[in-house]
Amino acid sequence: MLNSRRLIIAHFWVAFSVFGLALILGAWQMFIRSPLASWLGNPEWYYRSVTAHGTIMGYVFPTLVAMGFGYAITETSLKTDLIGRRWAWAGLGLVVLGAVTAMVPVSLGKASVLYTFYPPMIGNPFYYIGVVMVVVGSWIWVALMSVNLIVWKKRNPGAVVPLAMYANVAGSYLWGWTAVGAALELLLQIIPVALGLRTTIDAGLARVFFSWTLHAIVYFWLMPTYIAYYTIVPRAIGGRLYSDSMARISFSLFLVVAMPIGIHHTFADPQVGAGFKFIHSAFTAVVALPTLLTVFTICASVEIAGRLRGGKGPFGWLATLPWRNPAMLAIAFSFLMLGFGGAGGLINMSYQLDSSIHNTQWITGHFHLIFGGAIVIMYFVIAYDLWPHLTGRAIASMSLVRLQLWLWFIGMIVTTFPWHYVGILGMPRRMAYYDYSNPALSDEAAPVVMSAIGGFILLASGLLFLFILVRSHFERRIEPGQYTYAQAAHAVTRVPAALNAHGLWVALMVALTITNYGLPIMQLAVRDDTSVPAVFVGERR
Amino acid sequence: MSIEKTPASNRAWASASIAIAAVLFMSSSILGLVVLPSVQGTDPFTNLWDSICSAAGLPRRASSTDPVEPDHKISRVVLSTMPKAEADSVGRGATIALQCAICHGPTGVSRADSPNLAGQYAVAIYKQLEDFRSGARSSAVMSPFAANLSDQDIRDVAAYYAYLPSVPTNHASTAGVPAIVAYGAPLRGIAPCGSCHGSVENKAGSPWLGGQPSAYITAQLNAFAVGIRTNDTSQQMRNIARQMSKDEIAQAAEYYASLNPDGL
Repeated sequence: MLNSRRLIIAHFWVAFSVFGLALILGAWQMFIRSPLASWLGNPEWYYRSVTAHGTIMGYVFPTLVAMGFGYAITETSLKTDLIGRRWAWAGLGLVVLGAVTAMVPVSLGKASVLYTFYPPMIGNPFYYIGVVMVVVGSWIWVALMSVNLIVWKKRNPGAVVPLAMYANVAGSYLWGWTAVGAALELLLQIIPVALGLRTTIDAGLARVFFSWTLHAIVYFWLMPTYIAYYTIVPRAIGGRLYSDSMARISFSLFLVVAMPIGIHHTFADPQVGAGFKFIHSAFTAVVALPTLLTVFTICASVEIAGRLRGGKGPFGWLATLPWRNPAMLAIAFSFLMLGFGGAGGLINMSYQLDSSIHNTQWITGHFHLIFGGAIVIMYFVIAYDLWPHLTGRAIASMSLVRLQLWLWFIGMIVTTFPWHYVGILGMPRRMAYYDYSNPALSDEAAPVVMSAIGGFILLASGLLFLFILVRSHFERRIEPGQYTYAQAAHAVTRVPAALNAHGLWVALMVALTITNYGLPIMQLAVRDDTSVPAVFVGERR
Repeated sequence: MSIEKTPASNRAWASASIAIAAVLFMSSSILGLVVLPSVQGTDPFTNLWDSICSAAGLPRRASSTDPVEPDHKISRVVLSTMPKAEADSVGRGATIALQCAICHGPTGVSRADSPNLAGQYAVAIYKQLEDFRSGARSSAVMSPFAANLSDQDIRDVAAYYAYLPSVPTNHASTAGVPAIVAYGAPLRGIAPCGSCHGSVENKAGSPWLGGQPSAYITAQLNAFAVGIRTNDTSQQMRNIARQMSKDEIAQAAEYYASLNPDGL
């Protein structure tokens, strides 16, 4: 039951269009700071581009995918009309308006502060106001997801919430709470300075606030991907979901432990005590748990598909899997990238190991592999899977889809593996210029060229993705039938109330935020000697 | 499908999850705040409470000795954007600036290898005059002049020179720009000159260098390098100048001097 098709398509098209633009910027950045290009001469252009790329890819693109997918899940899994469709359009409008408001000063070079803001650097206030509008627009979605679930529960007393909706609402609650950190940073710290009301800023406190958002935002990006793992892939490849309860436990755990771990992003910051860095490091280790549960459950679900297709023996089921099915191909790629990226992540979360790769290109490689790789490749699958239901037309060409997924996987590996390597060599990130003719850097030249080639492959794949989606609007009409989600291998008979509601998990999320962030924030907030003069960027004669 | 909604099951889920979260938090807190600081052996503090506070990030005065005093006067100026000058500030500044004209030129354009002040940022002029006045920067010529100026005088003079038409233009093209100005030397920690002093971007407190006399720029870089001039708040210019080669200093000075004000 998909009655809000236009709303959902609008979300996806805005998301994928800005994704295409940001991808072009990304490829240009890879090229311009590689030995393939002669240096551009003005680092400001580079930082302008990085700010736009990061803001779009970090805030606008995944948020719109989660929103559009969330509306689709609401209608298809609850089998009811979306409540508050006008509000949903208003939310989309606010996100678009915010994105434009933010991108104008960035394009003019008045806010080249990168998407993580980096106070005490201060850019044009409209950049920050635009980002706040994007967040507020997405909070409308959070509220709508909650309202839709509550109303559905009232209308269907005693019914079990479908897994996809349970996970979707968990993701929205996670975002609703984790975005508070960046919102506090912007509203209390950065925007007053950007507007000229204050001239100093507590950069340390601002960074702690941002870390509140910075790690859990990755799990918010991850939610649509995990929903696709659990509820789309097993159905698409003809398998069964191994365990519905395990899925619910994973999503609940994400809600609880994605939040109180962000200080591992500030290991090198002096304003946070070593003890709290350790606590956050320990909780970061715990967040591996729901991911490992997911890897186990999904591998088991895929194995069921292989065995249903006649696979025998310990490995025989691998050969009988439907490898020509895009969902199968994508989940294999996604898991490979999640595996490598996760292994790198274990190094980042360790206080001691992190110091060897902190602020190097290793980090850039890591988050591109996880987000751009493991997560975004499943966004493609979500789009391909939903498109016929949204447009009523077939997907243009399955072989082009397979080619696109292959290119994305190869491109991402070729981009990020050399990136990790040069990081170990000590290549710093966030720099616009590297003098590869210097003997100390000449080792980095070849891997950086490889990495740039990977960037071009990714660009080709991304453009191919957009091409397939456009073409599919003009394909023959089909009757896609009802949109369905994966069935559990064993019929779900009883679901514990705790895994049918979010209250307990939200309470734990808030409680752990207070225990893990309360003191670090309080001790900086009450001191009056922690502010530094703001550094205004974008001032030119 | 049904929901298992007995009070016993609800309680079991709630108490188990809260207990696990509490145990996780308590054990990691004890390890991070108590055990690790005390077994690592590098703890300079005297007792357990001090080391817990330190691990929690609560700064405590650990030493009773006085902080080390620098051997030179520190600049008192906190850099930020300058508030908008009052309407009559420029006029007052013009009167005071009559005494500056002999070196800095009647229109703020010098013929004596002194800095050209016409169109210079108010905040840059304010900082230097204030530093001359406080002694954070010293000059046989400038210090006596600055000693007699009030804070308002300095604001007025800064507003006046900032008001004068600036002559150098922003050369957006990088053709002929020396590497040290356009790229800096990242391996030696030298940021591009242009990223603060114009042609790429300007940062609060950094003067616009276009059209400044080569001799003046060279002299200041050398003064920073040997530590005669110390009024760069975070030592950024001393760190940069120390790392610059003689050639680079000459190239930067020549380049900025070559952006000549018209008519000179």
